[in-house]
Amino acid sequence: MAKRIDITDLNIHYGAFEAVSGVNLAVEPRSVTALIGPSGCGKSTVLRSLNRMIEVIPNARVDGKVLLDGQDIYGEDVDPVNVRRVIGMVFQRPNPFPTMSIYDNVIAGIKLEKRRSKKADNDDIVERSLRAANLWGEVKDRLGRPGAGLSGGQQQRLCIARAIAVEPQVVLMDEPCSALDPISTLAIEELITQLREEYTIVIVTHNMQQAARISDTTAFFNLSGAGKAGHLIEVGPTQRMFSNPEEKATEDYISGRFG
Amino acid sequence: MAQQTLSQPDEVSIKGASVRRGDKVFFNLARSAGIFMLLLTGSIGLFLLWKAIPSLQSNTGNFFTTQTWFPDSTPPLFGIAALAFGTLMTSVIAMVIAVPVAIGIALFIAFYANRRIASSLGFVVDLLAAVPSIIFGLWGLSVLMPNMQGFVEWLSTYFGWIPIFANPEEVYTKSILIAGVVLAIMILPTISAVTREVFLQVPRGHMEASLALGATRWEMIRMVVFPFGKPGMISASMLGLGRALGETIAVALILSAVFEINWQITEPGGNTFAANIALKWNEAGTNGLSALIASGLVLFIITLLVNMVARWIISRRKDYSGAN
Amino acid sequence: MSQIQQDLPVSSLELQNELKGKRLPRWAPWAVAGGAVVLALVLALVGAISGIPLIAVVAGLLFVVGETAWSFRVEGRRHATDRFATTIVYTAFVVAVIPLIAILFSVVQKGMAAFSLDFLTGTMRNINARDAGGGVAHALVGTIEQVAMATVIAVPIGILVAIYLVEFGRGRLATWISFFVDVMTGVPSIVAGLFIFTGLILTFGLERSGFAASLSLVILMLPVVVRTTEEMIKLVPNDLREAAYALGVPKWRTIMSIVLPTAIPGIITGVMLAVARVAGETAPLLLTTFLSQSMNWDLFNGPQAALPTMIWDQIASGTDTALDRAWGAALVLILFVAILYVGARIIAKVYAPKTH
Repeated sequence: MAKRIDITDLNIHYGAFEAVSGVNLAVEPRSVTALIGPSGCGKSTVLRSLNRMIEVIPNARVDGKVLLDGQDIYGEDVDPVNVRRVIGMVFQRPNPFPTMSIYDNVIAGIKLEKRRSKKADNDDIVERSLRAANLWGEVKDRLGRPGAGLSGGQQQRLCIARAIAVEPQVVLMDEPCSALDPISTLAIEELITQLREEYTIVIVTHNMQQAARISDTTAFFNLSGAGKAGHLIEVGPTQRMFSNPEEKATEDYISGRFG
Repeated sequence: MAQQTLSQPDEVSIKGASVRRGDKVFFNLARSAGIFMLLLTGSIGLFLLWKAIPSLQSNTGNFFTTQTWFPDSTPPLFGIAALAFGTLMTSVIAMVIAVPVAIGIALFIAFYANRRIASSLGFVVDLLAAVPSIIFGLWGLSVLMPNMQGFVEWLSTYFGWIPIFANPEEVYTKSILIAGVVLAIMILPTISAVTREVFLQVPRGHMEASLALGATRWEMIRMVVFPFGKPGMISASMLGLGRALGETIAVALILSAVFEINWQITEPGGNTFAANIALKWNEAGTNGLSALIASGLVLFIITLLVNMVARWIISRRKDYSGAN
Repeated sequence: MSQIQQDLPVSSLELQNELKGKRLPRWAPWAVAGGAVVLALVLALVGAISGIPLIAVVAGLLFVVGETAWSFRVEGRRHATDRFATTIVYTAFVVAVIPLIAILFSVVQKGMAAFSLDFLTGTMRNINARDAGGGVAHALVGTIEQVAMATVIAVPIGILVAIYLVEFGRGRLATWISFFVDVMTGVPSIVAGLFIFTGLILTFGLERSGFAASLSLVILMLPVVVRTTEEMIKLVPNDLREAAYALGVPKWRTIMSIVLPTAIPGIITGVMLAVARVAGETAPLLLTTFLSQSMNWDLFNGPQAALPTMIWDQIASGTDTALDRAWGAALVLILFVAILYVGARIIAKVYAPKTH
């Protein structure tokens, strides 16, 4: 199921402001790639460009190529709606739909495509997705209750279940643990490690220990100056990045000297 | 309770009595103004009731079911049945037209229009609320009505088999339908402004979540915006309804005031509580004024209830969105 | 393109289809719109339909049907629904703007015909319905006096209520006041007139006068003034208040010298909008002062004219000359309201609190 992503010469502008410039990055299938760097370095912007969610922001403009197994997702006849089905996303703040039950939250994406799907099929999808998100045991007896009634960590796992219910190729995660307590964070990290078996995962994180714990590849972004565009400084296997980075800026950031 | 509300740092001020006295005077002044507001609302109902009683006592008909209005004849005979019907009918027509259009406008400004011009477009719609109702009446009577005649004729010719559109007399002016259309235009800005505010409060995270699942813009609106905005849309509509029920001048100018219940909405006729008061006020004798006041009391109570329900729904929604 | 496709493994070909989704070309809506207009015009030429409004409606329907059908064939149900919804939403906005433009156009066009210096300075004294001439001076004076008096009464009370609600109001009393302020905004204007009539004219023998009209306008202005002032006072940052308290400034002085001055531009804007709204009220004036054809400078004695009641009276006269005067007075009224609105916008813009 998992696909690779190749980013070439990616530039992103918000109006006249250049947010990210000259990013080249390869994301291997069935791996976790962590994007780290100080605030405002454009790592979330890059993440959002990978499923064209960047287009939701007015005036955002993307130049360069983002290839999903060789197919440019910014190609002429590509439909952003389809891109987002193939590349799912989990956000910083858990955002289950407040008016929907746990069950309806999970199948929300399925319902878009198939207006009338069989109850039994839906039940299967809900169970499979919730199991995959390590949430089934906790909620199986209250699937009809509102999703907003769960704890923060459970809500975030519900959102992951919702994202994988449509069987995407890639899952993007935008600081998925930054709004959670340590125990919930641990649960999500465990989950990410499991999901790696089936999905390509790209995660933005502020937490360097987290990047070190869960990712296979780490990409370090930095600003070239205040008000200037973010750059990709260095990318490599996580172990090497944290033990023996090639760039001084990476070493400074990882050792906590700034950022 | 007064002590309880004064829980600001100055209460423990060591400066003492003079400071406290200044605060106390000011507090009492502000609170009196607030209480005055409450008394004002209450006294509207009381005074209307008090001055309505004489005519209600002298009325020989049933106030609620009589369809004629002869409060100054001996014996007085009058009732609000025709007024209630006309008020309800014009308002329902106005709502049927205005609610979907107003929601469309709110969606347009909140989610479709270019961000930079959206607020200006909102202002343009709000301008419609600034047009005085007498001008709506003048325009409705001398511009819209002649221009709508062809459409009303077409409607009753081809859809006359639906009883409410039948028009055997073939006169297509001064009807409840036209009054309803003018009312619809008048309440549009009210409904769309409140709805727009609610739509703009839809949490960004929920909208992004639905888009990230591969929803189109319309699917996002159905999935996230409508469920979130439903209470707001309902109460906005009720606020619009309140306006439509109480509108006087535009309706008085357009309707050809008739005291009967006529379901055929394309025919001349109809009357409403408010329009009737304005039209009958100067020719009314003592009992006539009292009867008009009685009908005004009914209008006041109805609009009060509608507005209270609308506000209640809104205040519940605040709690609900605060929880998220 | 074909070159690339050959190089790709099978799974990627599937993926390509998955991503691709056939879309209508960018020019599709314009093409359909053009086609719809042409077709509607052809229908008009053939004689099937006539009149600009009907042609526009038919063209619009053809566009909706054409675009949705095309999209359904090419893009499928979901995108067709999305396009349909988009068309409807855009239409809703246009539908709302049409009457606004039509009304303003009518008022300006027909009002200009009656408009002149004599019209601004003359009154309706000794002018019969069929006579030409006459003017709005008496009505303009009445409107200005009544509205000014209403403002003088409503603004201090409204600001005090707002201060109570924001700065003091916590318990149940404040909740009730707040609720009824909201409810009062929905009181029909004719009920406000009835209240002043029953409460003051019938009960306390107040004469029907411009002043009575002002009082009925106060009822309508008060809740608006309270609400806007409340919003503005809430915008004043709490830091300012706390800084003053920390200096030992008593609460009432803090409110008078820090909170209100900070909020005052917003309050003025709100008050001007409230004034603009009540300036066009007709119904309460009919009950509390009725009409006058001559100049009456005295707000407190005798009936007084106002622009809305003058329009009402001229329409009721029913002659062509009277109707012309009604449009002329409508133009004066719209200008009066517009000046207040634009003034409010300018004040809001110039003194907008710099929060960010």
